[in-house]
Amino acid sequence: MPDSKKILLQIDHIRKAFDGVEVLKDISLSVREGEVVSVIGPSGSGKSTLLRCATMLETMDGGSLSYLGEQAAFEEDGKCVYVPKKKLREIHKNFGLVFQNFNLFPHYSVMKNIIDAPVTVDHVPKKEARERAEKLLLQLGLSDKADAYPCQLSGGQQQRVSIARALALQPKILFFDEPTSALDPELTGEVLKVIKELAKEHMTMIIVTHEMQFAREVSDRIIFMEQGVIQAEGTPDEIFHSSNERVREFIGKFQS
Amino acid sequence: MSISVMLMQLIKGLGVTAEIFFLTLIFSLPLGLLVSFGRMSKNALVRTISKIYISIMRGTPLMLQLIVVYFAPFYVFGLKIPNYRFPAIIIAFALNYAAYFAEIYRSGIESMPAGQYEAAKVLGYTKAQTFMRIILPQVIKRILPPVTNETITLVKDTSLAFVLAQAEMFTMAKQIAAKETSIMPLMAAGLFYYIFNLIVAFAMERLEKALNYYK
Repeated sequence: MPDSKKILLQIDHIRKAFDGVEVLKDISLSVREGEVVSVIGPSGSGKSTLLRCATMLETMDGGSLSYLGEQAAFEEDGKCVYVPKKKLREIHKNFGLVFQNFNLFPHYSVMKNIIDAPVTVDHVPKKEARERAEKLLLQLGLSDKADAYPCQLSGGQQQRVSIARALALQPKILFFDEPTSALDPELTGEVLKVIKELAKEHMTMIIVTHEMQFAREVSDRIIFMEQGVIQAEGTPDEIFHSSNERVREFIGKFQS
Repeated sequence: MSISVMLMQLIKGLGVTAEIFFLTLIFSLPLGLLVSFGRMSKNALVRTISKIYISIMRGTPLMLQLIVVYFAPFYVFGLKIPNYRFPAIIIAFALNYAAYFAEIYRSGIESMPAGQYEAAKVLGYTKAQTFMRIILPQVIKRILPPVTNETITLVKDTSLAFVLAQAEMFTMAKQIAAKETSIMPLMAAGLFYYIFNLIVAFAMERLEKALNYYK
C-alpha cells in the first residue's frame, strides 16, 4: 500500500480494561485509504474490543483516536478525553460497522432498514435514498428482497442487508466484527464473496475474523492479536510464513 | 321500574364508565412511560422517587387513593374546587395505572437487546431517534399481552368510582338494585362489563395480530 494514500484511521496507544482486567494494552494502528486490514487471534485476545473502541461503542481508558486527521479522543493527564458530542456525531459519519449478529431492525422491511438512517440522520431525500438502496441491493444480489422483513431472510441474506445498510451511509471505512461467525459454512461463503467484491472496489475495511483463508486472500495487511497486544503484523505472506512461533501455531490449527 | 327503563339508566352509567376507562388510558399510558424513564434514570434521586411512587401506588388500595385525591385538596389545603368529583376520579385512576404501566414499559425496554441500541448508535441516530424509531415500536409489540391484562382490569376497576358516588354503571346498578330490591340490575351490569371486556380483548388481539408481521 503506497504511503502517499491518506490515513483514514489513526489509533495510538489505546488501553481498555473491564473490571480491572486489561483487554487492550497499548495498541496502535493506522489504516490508509483503500487498505483492507484483517485482525486475527484467539478468542479473548481483544480483537472485538479493539473494533468496539475504534467505533466508539466502548469508551477507551487511554490513548487517542482520529479519523481523517480529525481527533475523536485524546489522552490528557493519563485519561482519555472525547471531543464534544456534536463533533463526535460528525466523525461517526466516517465509518460503518457490520455486527456478528447483524442487528437489523426487525420491525422495518429490508428497504426501510437501508434507507431509514440516510433519511433520518443524513436528511437524504427519500427518493435518492431509495435509488441508492436499490443499487446496493442489486449489487448484493438482494433485489427481490426489498419488501421482505429480516425474519423472512436467511442469516447470510440478513448479513448482506446489514452490509447494505452500512454502505448506504457511504462511509469511508467499514468495520466488520466477525461477520460470518453466526453463519453456517454455506452462508459464510456468500457473505465473504460480498466482502471480497468490496475489497476489489478498494473499500477501506477492517475485518475481525476467524476465516484464515479469507483473511489471506482479501487482506493487504494482517494483524495477529493475543492477550491485548499486537503480536505480529504484516502482509498475508509474512504472517502465513511468520517466524513467530505463536502465530505459526495459531494459523496451523486452522489449516489442519 | 320496567326493564327498559332500568337498562336505559344502566347504559347511561355505562357511558360514564367508558369515559373513565378511555380518559384513564389516555393519561396513564404516556405518564407511565415517563415514570418508567424515572425508574431507569441514571440520577439516583429521580430513580428513588419513581420507585417510591410506584411502590405506594401499587401497595395501597385504589379505593383509598380515590378518596385521598378527592378529599385531600379540601381537608389538607382548604381548597374548594368546583365540579371536582369527575376530575378527581380521572386523576386517581391515571396516577394508579401509570405505576403499573411504568413497570410494564420498564420490563419491555430492558428486554431489548443491546445490539439494537448499538446498531442505531453506529448509524448515527440520536438517542431520541433511537428510542422513538427503533426501540419503542418493538417494545410496544413485546408489552401488548401485559397491557391487555391491565386494560381488562381497568374496565372492572372503574366500578370503584362508586366510592365517590360517581354515577357510573356500578353505582347506578347498586342504586336501582336497592330501590327495587332485586339483584337483576347488578346481574345486567355484570353482563355489560363482560361484553365491554370482550370488545377490549378482541381489539387487543387484533392489534397483536397486526404487529405479527415481524418477529
